[in-house]
Amino acid sequence: MQRLGDFKLPHFFNYPPYFTLQPVRETREKQVQLWKELILDYCRSQKIFVISLEEDFPLFSNPVVERSLSHEARQVFLAALVNEGRAEWIDKSHKKCLILWLRIQDWADYILNFVKENGFEDSVMTVEDIRFGIETRGTELAGIDRGVLLRALKLLEQKGKAAIFKGTSADDEGVKFSA
Amino acid sequence: MAANWLPPVSLTASGRPVFLPGEVERCLLPAVDLESENPGLAPFRSGLLVLTSHRLLWIDEQSAAGFAAPLAAVVHAYPPKKSIRSMFASPRIRVQVSVSPDGRIVEDGVRSEVITVVMRGKNDPDAFYCRLLEVLRSRQWEAAVVAEKRNTDSGIAEPPMAAAARVRMPVVGVSGILRKEQELWESTDKSLQEAFQDLNALMSKAKDMVQLAEKMRLKLLSSSSASSNADDEEMGSKQEMQDWLLSVGIVSPVTKESAGALYHQQLSRELADFVKLPLERAGGMIALVDVYCLFNRARGTALISPDDLLQACTLWEKFDVPVMLRKFDSGVMVIQSKARRDEEVFARIASLAQKPDALRTGISPSDAALTLGIAPALAKEHLLTAESKGLLCRDVSPDGFRFFINLFTEIDPSDIYMIKNNGPAHVWSSALSLSG
Repeated sequence: MQRLGDFKLPHFFNYPPYFTLQPVRETREKQVQLWKELILDYCRSQKIFVISLEEDFPLFSNPVVERSLSHEARQVFLAALVNEGRAEWIDKSHKKCLILWLRIQDWADYILNFVKENGFEDSVMTVEDIRFGIETRGTELAGIDRGVLLRALKLLEQKGKAAIFKGTSADDEGVKFSA
Repeated sequence: MAANWLPPVSLTASGRPVFLPGEVERCLLPAVDLESENPGLAPFRSGLLVLTSHRLLWIDEQSAAGFAAPLAAVVHAYPPKKSIRSMFASPRIRVQVSVSPDGRIVEDGVRSEVITVVMRGKNDPDAFYCRLLEVLRSRQWEAAVVAEKRNTDSGIAEPPMAAAARVRMPVVGVSGILRKEQELWESTDKSLQEAFQDLNALMSKAKDMVQLAEKMRLKLLSSSSASSNADDEEMGSKQEMQDWLLSVGIVSPVTKESAGALYHQQLSRELADFVKLPLERAGGMIALVDVYCLFNRARGTALISPDDLLQACTLWEKFDVPVMLRKFDSGVMVIQSKARRDEEVFARIASLAQKPDALRTGISPSDAALTLGIAPALAKEHLLTAESKGLLCRDVSPDGFRFFINLFTEIDPSDIYMIKNNGPAHVWSSALSLSG
């Protein structure tokens, strides 16, 4: 089984047509679906939040069969994720894509679950604590994209589950969770 | 309606008359009635009239039945009448023919009868009359009869010129054949030069040209049995020469001159007859471009334009012919026999694409061309069609454009690591692991 870092690649990664955008509708739908799954799985395992179309992305080429995705193909697959709400274009020119292997709502639920399990109700954490602190180490929250985290926290705030306030430094915010 | 006072003639599968040896088509008229002066005989109504160098044929295209009167029986042809009254009626040309005592139209009849050709369509009666007189004067049917008699007299079915050549020069392999051909060509060089002087002369010489080709073919056939010790190479070149000779001859090509408004219809039928052999050889499908070349080479003179060919092919939809014109999505046009089924082709492509090598590296149009026995351009069309049916999928890389058996449908998106046992994907991954 081929690997990309510590990520296990599926068999069809060595299937050359997988890297050519298929023109026949039904075949392409299936191909797009397989790419969406693979991109989400890979990003989740590698904690990748942003894919830039301008830069090399390890998943988009396979040196074993000497195939790589065309620019058009990359755009098609990412656009399919965007359509499903599993990704968002960061810029208008569609060069950078935010991958949401968990949707914002799912992240909010995950945070709430984490707070409850670890007894952080009514306590205060900074955003940077959540992203790089000891408390979140080993969970999905470690290394989370700052923008994604803030959006999830705001969603919790709207539901009355958290309160966001300015922290000591300008670029750090604190959050107080409530049960 | 059964009008049967003329003997029936046989037609080809696509409704063209079967010509006698040496017979050449000279003029065609649509919507023609044939009436006998004998009121007891029912007239032939609204058929296609074909004037050839030997016969006057009448063909009913609906029921695909044809009848003929030999021109040898014609005693006299009366010119179309010119009068005020005839301006309002369909033009008529009366032909006096000799009739045997039992009422058949024969060469040496005992009495004569008048047949009237009634032209209901927009035809030019004067032009037809001129052509008829021309044909009657040339008396080409007599040449055939004489040749036949001579053959039966000498007791061998062989043209006299060939017999003479045999006496002088023994046949030794291909060089012998070539030498004999050389002589033949030289002896007919004069007639060739005459033939090119003008078109009318060419039409009357066309018969000789075809006879020449026939003669050469027959001799090749007979000599191949004579020199049985010839090696393979010799046999190969002989085969090639035979093929070449076979491709020489459409005895009576349909020309714009002879067919007029019916040109494309008749051309269409002629083409349907013609493509049968090349189609068989090419495995049931042949590119339109290739047909154009083959067809014009067979016609020799009176070449047709690409546009005429396309029109003739398009008309096939209206006739009951065993071939069809097919346009691929890419715009490539081919002629295909109706008997050929796509499913059969797809099955062969599928089995080709699932061979271990093809699973690893895919198949190219030239691989498919070899397996299917067709041209690479057509093989590519088949592959693209198979792709559009979901049987194959493509791989475009710096190495080229290749096709793989479609495995996308085999993979379950909810478990991308699983491979269905005994499915094509399983075969594929084991072929891959074998290669290391």
